[in-house]
Amino acid sequence: MTDDALLTIDRLEKSFAGAPVLGPVSAWIAAGSLTAIIGRSGCGKSTLLRCLGGLETPTRGKIGFRAGALDRAQIGYVFQEPRLMPWLDVRRNAGFGLAHLPRGERNAAVAEALAVVGLTDAAGLLPKQLSGGMAQRAALARALAARPALLLLDEPFSALDPLTRAQMQAHLLAVRRHYDPTMVLITHDMDEALALADRVLVLRGPPGRVVADVPLDLPTARDRMAPGFLALKRDLTDALSEQPVEA
Amino acid sequence: MSDLTLPRTAPAAIPERPTRPRVRLGAWMGLVLPALCVAAWQVVADARIVTPDLLPSPAAVLRALADLAASGELVAHLDATLARMALGFAAGAAAGTVAGALTGAIPLARRLIDPTVQALRSVPSIAWVPLFIIWLGIFEGSKIALIAVGVFFPVYLNLMAGIAGVDRKLIEVGRIHGFSPLRVLWRIQLPAALPAYVTGLRGGLGLGWMFVAAAELMGASEGLGFLLTDGEQTGRPAVVIGAILLFAICGKLTDLGVEWLGGKLVAWQDTVRP
Repeated sequence: MTDDALLTIDRLEKSFAGAPVLGPVSAWIAAGSLTAIIGRSGCGKSTLLRCLGGLETPTRGKIGFRAGALDRAQIGYVFQEPRLMPWLDVRRNAGFGLAHLPRGERNAAVAEALAVVGLTDAAGLLPKQLSGGMAQRAALARALAARPALLLLDEPFSALDPLTRAQMQAHLLAVRRHYDPTMVLITHDMDEALALADRVLVLRGPPGRVVADVPLDLPTARDRMAPGFLALKRDLTDALSEQPVEA
Repeated sequence: MSDLTLPRTAPAAIPERPTRPRVRLGAWMGLVLPALCVAAWQVVADARIVTPDLLPSPAAVLRALADLAASGELVAHLDATLARMALGFAAGAAAGTVAGALTGAIPLARRLIDPTVQALRSVPSIAWVPLFIIWLGIFEGSKIALIAVGVFFPVYLNLMAGIAGVDRKLIEVGRIHGFSPLRVLWRIQLPAALPAYVTGLRGGLGLGWMFVAAAELMGASEGLGFLLTDGEQTGRPAVVIGAILLFAICGKLTDLGVEWLGGKLVAWQDTVRP
């Protein structure tokens, strides 16, 4: 653990009906960083994120936030599916968690978030009128409008086609520039992890354990054909594809 | 890249498929079958296949209704029935809404209350009549209570199922935003359950019309149900058939109203609409 850790994960374990799916996992997340967690389907990476977001209670171990740095209201979460409220338009969906704010403040926060994800013109549309990419951007705006200190992203682009996904990744970088939250991104897409993250944790399981922790010392604008990028990709692929660890 | 570009020649003309003029089938289509039935009925009556004492012609039924209307009786009967329905529906729907919301949202309430409600649901409507008459008297109170019982169950059942069945994934959005259970109910579960609720209201309305007839048959001095017994006892089949038709028309019109209102409320649904 270091001083700039926003969040520390200490021997975290999670079982469902006695079957261990996660852990023990220990890790720390630096403030302002973008950490990607990659792993195969079913390796426990979503469970880890759900524990961080408070949607699951860990069976053992604990998650600590830097004192005074964070309360639950400052955690934003983007799910694999948009999960928009179908009866609300994009604007009201984006402001869904802000009912406690005065109207003016809420409207400003929503307008700002919609502008960052490029949905200003779609503010009046209902979810049923949105494309998959637009719906996911609306979900991103909903998480951003609350100005989260920690933004948790659970494979948010996995259901999108490659071009839309690339666009969404660009949006995420715009989000980073504008809001500068600490981000944890779950993905099974190696390129996505390497293109966006400062650091990659490789999870293997179940039960999911961190088998590699790779800081990425790459320039912000990343060339996916650069030798360094490709070498890292090969290393991570190796880390992912080794035989499952014996318990 | 140039060798990847598509040839610039225009594709061979694709023969245009002949477009058939589309007939738009409006709501008036629903009137076709009743109109055919009335026409067939008139033919049967005119041909004297069935004696008019048993099956008066549509024209005779219309005449009977016109006579009732002219004497002012028809308005009084309609008024009485509609007033009972309105009060009974309001009471039953309100009770069903509260009970359905409670049992839908709170598992403990569901386990406590629902088995009893389900048992009461299987009591035949007529069985309540003597009890309500003892409790509430022979006049309006017992009739309204009976209608309310009919309306209550579909509203209760649909709202409970609607709330309890809301997608966990939407509930989690509320949890991420730190909503209290009450706030989750108000902002997620209730709106998400609206389509089921509207279905319940329509079902309740239908049962309400059945129960109002039952209540008025038991003992009433006015109302469409009274017209039924009165027509039977005075040997006027035209009045009986007229009252049946009025029940059907009133039921359909009120259902249209609820359907229209419900459609407005759940316009956000991503469903195929005719």
